[in-house]
Amino acid sequence: MSQTVQSSGDHNPDENRRDFLTLATTAVGVVGTGMALWPFVDSMNPSKDVLALASVEVNLSNIPVGQAIKVMWRGKPVFIRHRTEREINEAEEVALNELVDPQADDARVEKKEWLIVVGVCTHLGCIPMGTATGEARGDYDGWYCPCHGSHYDTSGRIRRGPAPKNLEVPTYTFLTDTSVRIG
Amino acid sequence: MSAPVWNNKVVKWVDDRLPIISMLHHSAYEYPTPKNLSYMWNFGSLAGFVLVTMILSGIFLVMNYTPHTSMAFESVERIMRDVNYGWLIRYIHMNGASMFFIAVFIHIFRGLYYGSYKAPREMLWWIGILILLAMMATAFMGYVLPWGQMSFWGATVITNLFSAFPVIGDPLVTWLWGGFSVDNPTLNRFFSLHYLMPFVILGLVVLHVWALHSVRSNNPTGVEIKTPQDSIPFHPYYTIKDLFGLGVFLIFFSAFVFFAPDFLGHPDNYIPANPLVTPPHIVPEWYFLPFYAILRSIDFTIFGIPAKLLGVLAMFASIVILFVIPWLDTSKVRSSKFRPVYKWFFWLFVIDTFVLGYCGAKAPDDYFMGIEGLKVIVMGQLSTLYYFVHFLVVMPLVGKLERPKPLPASISESVLKEGANA
Repeated sequence: MSQTVQSSGDHNPDENRRDFLTLATTAVGVVGTGMALWPFVDSMNPSKDVLALASVEVNLSNIPVGQAIKVMWRGKPVFIRHRTEREINEAEEVALNELVDPQADDARVEKKEWLIVVGVCTHLGCIPMGTATGEARGDYDGWYCPCHGSHYDTSGRIRRGPAPKNLEVPTYTFLTDTSVRIG
Repeated sequence: MSAPVWNNKVVKWVDDRLPIISMLHHSAYEYPTPKNLSYMWNFGSLAGFVLVTMILSGIFLVMNYTPHTSMAFESVERIMRDVNYGWLIRYIHMNGASMFFIAVFIHIFRGLYYGSYKAPREMLWWIGILILLAMMATAFMGYVLPWGQMSFWGATVITNLFSAFPVIGDPLVTWLWGGFSVDNPTLNRFFSLHYLMPFVILGLVVLHVWALHSVRSNNPTGVEIKTPQDSIPFHPYYTIKDLFGLGVFLIFFSAFVFFAPDFLGHPDNYIPANPLVTPPHIVPEWYFLPFYAILRSIDFTIFGIPAKLLGVLAMFASIVILFVIPWLDTSKVRSSKFRPVYKWFFWLFVIDTFVLGYCGAKAPDDYFMGIEGLKVIVMGQLSTLYYFVHFLVVMPLVGKLERPKPLPASISESVLKEGANA
């Protein structure tokens, strides 16, 4: 390196070759290090056994109209609400431009009487209240998150408070009229 | 500084091969220290003492702790009830975390008051901020390990902060959790990292002390050491002063450990974690309250950036801003003792952080100190505003506009003058 000829700098074929080798070695080293690191980074992602627990079947026959239950799915609660006629109407009558995260009610349910949403507040992950009878359901008759005061409506949509999005709708399929598979 | 001559043959043999004894002699014995250091200069060594205490008590806790969601809570209760002196070791570790933050917060405010962040001590200051960040990560992960309600929900709320970032947010949170919620994989990795981080902190402390010893200690006058008359050797003068301070600090520490071990904690953490029930009021440990208040006070959108992301950015910014204060502070004078205007703003800032802490502990819709009409959220927003105004407006402006008092010619002169006035 110290013997670099100043005057013929770029034209020295020897130096070009050395630069190329240095760059190529460095590049291979960096990519190789990155590839060697990836297994460690990826080992922190959900493992196969965690992914395998990805679906759950629920029997709906013993949830009376007007009540709701919580079931565990992927370590988080899912709210299943058997909605009343009035709750369905409330959800459908809201003008979309009044919503923080505009989404029509029929885009969020498969059967009107069953609302199925992930019971995790989209703000910072608390469990909103309103599933068990007698709990505060917020100003829009859905759910109320006690942590930072988010109100959700009868379609699980965010109406007021710091949460940015509607309660997430999980993928689910009705196996029969009274049983559903979530996930 | 001449190298010491060792008379003992064994010491000399070792030192000739690895000059570790010379190095220790140089940095803990003859290190020339300003002769006017007040008790405010005790908190660095106190923090170091607490770090060692935390590492030792932690190592013994691990001998009886089980990092699994089904056993973590019970293994901690077993430590409390069945393990010989387990209660003592755990209470030392639990309260030690608070003592660490008390010592470090005082240490930081000391640095802010006496301008210890100014040239040539910027690197020293930066390493200090890195230590604070590492401590916060360590304390957060440690609090999750007992797997109580506050452990679980604190972990849930804090990890969810990262979902605020666009695009990468959700995959990032899943990666942090190792699943789709805070669960066993999360507990395991937090345990692993909680064991690792103290040693990272220890490494940073070595760099911190190294930087300190190359730029030398600041002092209450903010005037550098100029002649040998300005300094005294670290030993015995400051070893004995640090030891005396340690004695006082240990009385304070022990008072919590033996008489109010749960005073600084939250009772809900003695309820086992339940992923289906959120406690009505989630609060972090006291040392995070001011930052939590900043996070929560942003409940509005600016330029289409959602409130959640803004809150997270503001919270991180509240610490990151400390990195640039060596340049935000335009005053040539280090010590606030000689800054008649800035001094008041400094104390206003101290009060501001306490107000933020109070706001962080209360529900947003409560009234501030019971004052009708003044909501906690509003007070939190005002004090968040002042937090940033202090660094971004007050520091640059006051430095330019203020007329500082005349500085003493040297440390020695100021000591002799104060002695004559006494």
